[in-house]
This record gives sequence, structure tokens and C-alpha cells, in this order.
Amino acid sequence: MNSDFFQNGEWLPFVFAFLIGLSMLLYAVLDGYDIGVGLLSRSVSSEQRDRMIASIGPFWDANETWLVLGVGLLLVAFPAAHGVVLTNLYLPVALMMIALIFRGVSFDFRKKVAPEAQAKWNHIFFWSSLGIALSQGYMLGRFMIGFQIGLISELFAIFFGLLVVAGYALMGSCWLIMKTEGELQKKSISWAKRAILIMVAGALLSSAVAPFVDTRIYDRMFSFPEITLLIAMPLISVILTLLMRFILAILPLEGDRLNWMPFAISVSIFVLGFLGLVYSFYPYIIPGQLKIVEASAAPASLKVILIGTGVVLPFMVGYTALAYWIFRGKAQELRYD
Amino acid sequence: MDEFLLSRIQFATNITFHILFPTITISLGWLLLFFKWRYSRTQEYLWMELYFYFTKVFALSFSLGVVSGVTMSFQFGTNWPGYMNTVGNIAGPLLAYEVLTAFFLEATFLGVMLYGFRRVPAWFHSLSTFLVAGGTTLSAFWILALDSWMQTPTGHVMIDGVAHAESWWDIVFNPSMPYRLFHTLIGSGLTVAFLAAGLLAYRYLKGDKRPAVLTGLKTTIILAAILGPLQGIVGDLHGVNTRDYQPQKLAAMEALWESEEGAPFVLFAIPDEENRENHMEIAIPKLGSLIITRDPNGHVQGLNDFEGENPRVGPVFWSFRVMLGVGGLMIATAFLGLYLLWKKRGWPPFFLKLLLAMTFSGWVGSVAGWYVTEIGRQPWLVTGILKTKDAVADLPPEHVAVTLTAYLVTYSILLVAYIGSLFYLSRKEIATPSKELAAS
Repeated sequence: MNSDFFQNGEWLPFVFAFLIGLSMLLYAVLDGYDIGVGLLSRSVSSEQRDRMIASIGPFWDANETWLVLGVGLLLVAFPAAHGVVLTNLYLPVALMMIALIFRGVSFDFRKKVAPEAQAKWNHIFFWSSLGIALSQGYMLGRFMIGFQIGLISELFAIFFGLLVVAGYALMGSCWLIMKTEGELQKKSISWAKRAILIMVAGALLSSAVAPFVDTRIYDRMFSFPEITLLIAMPLISVILTLLMRFILAILPLEGDRLNWMPFAISVSIFVLGFLGLVYSFYPYIIPGQLKIVEASAAPASLKVILIGTGVVLPFMVGYTALAYWIFRGKAQELRYD
Repeated sequence: MDEFLLSRIQFATNITFHILFPTITISLGWLLLFFKWRYSRTQEYLWMELYFYFTKVFALSFSLGVVSGVTMSFQFGTNWPGYMNTVGNIAGPLLAYEVLTAFFLEATFLGVMLYGFRRVPAWFHSLSTFLVAGGTTLSAFWILALDSWMQTPTGHVMIDGVAHAESWWDIVFNPSMPYRLFHTLIGSGLTVAFLAAGLLAYRYLKGDKRPAVLTGLKTTIILAAILGPLQGIVGDLHGVNTRDYQPQKLAAMEALWESEEGAPFVLFAIPDEENRENHMEIAIPKLGSLIITRDPNGHVQGLNDFEGENPRVGPVFWSFRVMLGVGGLMIATAFLGLYLLWKKRGWPPFFLKLLLAMTFSGWVGSVAGWYVTEIGRQPWLVTGILKTKDAVADLPPEHVAVTLTAYLVTYSILLVAYIGSLFYLSRKEIATPSKELAAS
């Protein structure tokens, strides 16, 4: 690494790629659990639904902001990549937007409209949660294989959509194990049991198929020393899954001990999966098309953003933690007064 | 239709829908804080009744603002990649600062403000309300800095067709920024004053004459009477600023084709783009020059000085007149309200019906004002730097047609649901006795 790397600000694109990755990961985990709760809100009693939504009510808006930050930073730091991604995904992005719009407003409308219309908004809440999870997974699938077109790629992307649905449902149910009690908690445990199986089976299958859909991933994975990682990642996932199965089998414990464990494990699985994804295409920012160094904006502007990020980030972490602490413990009825 | 026109209509649709809600939340946050402050000073519970009632309006408006704002941020990339490729070094940091300093702040503390009333001490709840109001205002600051820079760009250099920042101070505090910021903030205040007055008038007309409704009406009328004339002054200064920096926009606002000394003020006209003249013009001689240059014989530049560089005249001219008309009506209504307050004979039904009819007048005024300033900037996206037609994405027109239709349907449903819910909430409030409100 030569000294130009530091003097000319060539390190900046990598810092930004990291920040974008971090925002996207935080988004997937944070909004993932609250979208997951939406996915589970279909066949429950209205009292249970209220309690489920109460558990995410104070958080969902800030969770969603990570998407705006991640996509915003991509737009700012890698305008060329942003253009390629969003024009290739024009229709699924639009589908996600419409679903995000309907979901965001249904939190409020479902309790603020006349009683006869409330059921309608509960339906909208469920279907829009599903629409978001599906479209995000579909886009991730398309992105993974460098926006190839064709039937196989399409099927691969749709499969990824279903995988993300299972993943979000897993995190949502684990979140509910932590935030609810009684009947609803038991229900959440059984949801989590089902979701973890689907999720892990799907993840293993997609890891097995991906190298054959896209040869670059094949080259990446099946060369030494990468092959060791290829073996390690599924191994850790399987261990985590077994641990999860064990915990779910013994929950709920007396005094509600370990109620946070399933959520912690599900987040770990997500982080692991994310690292695997990033690894499969680094140092490309668009798999197979555009490298991180090729796509970045002017260093001066990136520095300005970085300074702001450095100043603001500690406050953001602080008040986010504060909000989670204020609404700690089991979810209670949402009320303004 | 081609993808350029479709993309423009789509962006206009989104931004028109979006601005309706920040226009409300920017000021409603401060009004809520005012209610809390009055309660802490007077210990009269009616202030908390007002607070809880308008918190519901705030929550609903806020969520609509958030979701439509997220949509807009994506559209920069999906439909207008040329924008970021050319001015991304300027727009990027400003947008990033908006997200970092404002979005997270308001989103996080909104949760505490809405649902934390019983979980945090009173002072912390007030602090949360303050941070939400401050967050929305900060958000307006950043986005108006960017919009104003697009109108009157300064503080940058162009290298190989791409804008690079030279002075961030000059970029943020560009010539039109302070005027546009205050004009927009006061507009938001007026929008909220009339929205609140309209909803309270509705409750009064339906028989809810509790102290909270009466005090709320009084507060909003006084607020409107203060902000109305202030907006007149700031708007006038904004116009003078436009004369100096965007004369072609001003000429379109006035439908003035030829440069003139002692230009008239056109009250009514049908501008004819093709022949570059007005039909059926009714004008007051010299008044245009007097307003614009402070001199009845002052020189005002006409559209013919900017052929090919001026916006379409009709939409700008008419939006400007709609804005002025709504503004005048607001000031007149507010002063009539003051007179009625001073007379102390209660609120006559005709006045309450007038307030009810003007519930959403702020929306009409704000949207018309935005059309003046944004259509008035055309054919430029960023004045002198980037033309709108050079920024559009090369998309299949049928894709844009599909999404445009989807957005139009979505927004129509939401607008109907939003307005319906506001009045439903007001009726529900009427059905709830004060005592229950206090206990709940």
C-alpha cells in the first residue's frame, strides 16, 4: 500500500463502503424484526395483534431510517453504482416503495379510522409487510448475481425473496419471545421453531446454488484459502441453529430467563449471512461490474460527510440506546397519554 | 408521452403529495410544545386536551410525511441519475446531513413523545417534544438550503462538467436561502393555524363548546393574525431577491414579455407562449415596478430578454396569483377573527363555517408557492448548471407509466383516508366527555 492511498483520500471509498454496509446490516436487522412482526400478524386475535404492534410501535420509524441512510450514502459516495442499482431494479424498488408507504401509514390508520375500516388497515399492514420482505429479498438476489437476466436468475431472485421473508419472520418471532408473555409468547416460540428451519435450509440451499448461477461466486469460493471459509460459515450456522432449537425447546423458563437468547442468536445468524454475502463480491460494489475504487465521488465532499458522521454518530447511538431502554421490558398498550 | 415528461409528472406528483405533510408537522411540533408550556404555567387541563388531540393529528401527518419522503429520496436515483452525477458533490453532503442530524433525531424521539408519556418524567417528555419539533425544523433547513442552492447556486466550481464544493458557507447560505427558509417556515405556521382552527371550528359547529375548543380557536386566530402580515413582508422581500437573482422567473410570475420602465401589475391575463403576448389582460399601471423595484418608474426585465431560458409562463403566473389570493384571504379571515375576539360576542356560525372551509387553505397556498418557485426555475434543474432534460434516466416509458399510475392511486387513497381520519378523530373527540379525557 503506497502513501498515495492516505494522502489522496483513496481510503475514503473503502470507509464509505464500510459505512454503507453497516447501515444496510443495521437496517436488515432492525427493520427486519419489525417487518417480521408484521408478517406474523395475520392469524392472531385482535388483542394479540395490538400487543404485537405495540412492541414495535416506538421503534419502527427510526429502524426504517437506516435504509434512507444506507441508500443515501450509496447515492452520495457512489453515484455511478447507485444509478446502476436503482435503474436495474426500477420496478421492484417501486413495489417496495408502495409497500413501505402503506405499511408506514397503517400503524396510524389502523387505530385512527372508524372501527369498521380498521380490519382493512390490518390487512394492509400484513400484505405490505410481505411486499417489503419479498421485494427486498428479490432485489438482493438480483444484485448478488450482477443483474443477470434470464429464467434461472429470475427464479434465484424469487427464491431469495422467500428466504428474506423467512429470515424476517424468524427475527420477528424472536423479538416477540422477548417482548411478550403468556399465550402470545408460546405462539411466538412455535413460529420461531418453524422459521429457523425454513431459514437455514433456504440459506444452505442458496449458498449451494449461487456458485453455479454465477461463476464468479464459484471462482471466489472454490479456491484456496477461501474454501476453508466456505466450510466454516455453514458449520457455524448449523451450530447456531442447533443452539436455537435447544433454547426454543426449553423456553419459556421460570422468571422468563433467557428470553433474549433466541433474538441474539437470530441476529448472529443474520450478521453471519451478511458477512458471507459481502465476502462473495468484495471488492466489487456491483458484483462483476463496478469496483469500489471505480465508483466513488469527489474526496472533498466525502470528507465533509465523514466529519459530520463522526460528530453525530455517538449521539445517534446514545439516543437510540436510550429509546430502547425507555421502552424496555414487555410491550404495553400503546397510548398517547 | 416520453419518459422525460412522465418522470417529471411523477416527481411533481410525489413532491406535491409529500410537501403537504411536512408543511403541517414543521409547525405543529412547536404548537404542541406551546400547549405543553401553557399547561405547565397555568395547570389548566384544557391545554393538555389540546395537546393530546393535536398529537393524533401530528402522528398521522408525520407518518405520511415520512413514507412519501422516503419515496422521493429513492426517485433521485431511479429517475434522475444525471442530477447526482453532476451536482452530487454538493447535494450529497446536504442530504446526508439532513438524514444524520434530523431524520434519526425526529424518528427516535417521536416514539418517546407519542408513547412515552407514562414512562419518562414530564421534563423529559417535553424535551422529546422539543427535539421532534427541532428535528423537523432542522430537516427543513437542510432541504431548503439544497433547494435554494439549485435556484441560486454559489460557492462551487465546475471541473469537467461536475460541480465541486469550494465554500460550504456560500453553498448553504446562498443568496435565496434565508428568504426561502423563512417564507416556507411562516407558510407552515399559517397552514397549521388554519388547519387547527378549521378542525376546532368543526367541533364547535358540531356542538363541542368546551373551554379547550374555545381556547384553541383563540390561540390559532391570534397565531394566524401575527403570521399573515409577517408572511406578506417576507414574501415581498423574497420577490425582490428573485428580481436580483432569477429575473426570468420574476418576469414569468408577472407575465411581462417586454422589458419596461414603469411596468404594470397584471391582475388577470391569459399568457400566450407562442406569440409571446397576453390576452384579455387587466393590469394596474406602474404597480409592478413599484412592488419590484420600489419605484413606480423602475426598470423591470421582460421575458423576451431570456428567450429559450424562461419557464412556461402560464403555470408560474397562475400559481403565483393563487398563492397571493389564498394569502390575502388568510389575512382577511385572521383579522376578522381578531375583531370578533375583541367584540367578545362569541363565534358567529358564518365565521366558523368560513374557518371550516379554510381548513386546508394552507395546502393550496403552499403548493401554489412551490409551483411558482420550482416551475419558475425551469428549464434548469440547477440554474445555469444542469437542465432538467439532461438529468433524466433512460428508462422504458411504460415502466415509468406503471409506477406513476401506482403512485397516483396510492396517494389518492391516502389523501382521502387522511382527511377522513382527521374529521373522524374530531367527531370521536366530541363524543368523549372531558372527564374521561382527563382520566384516560
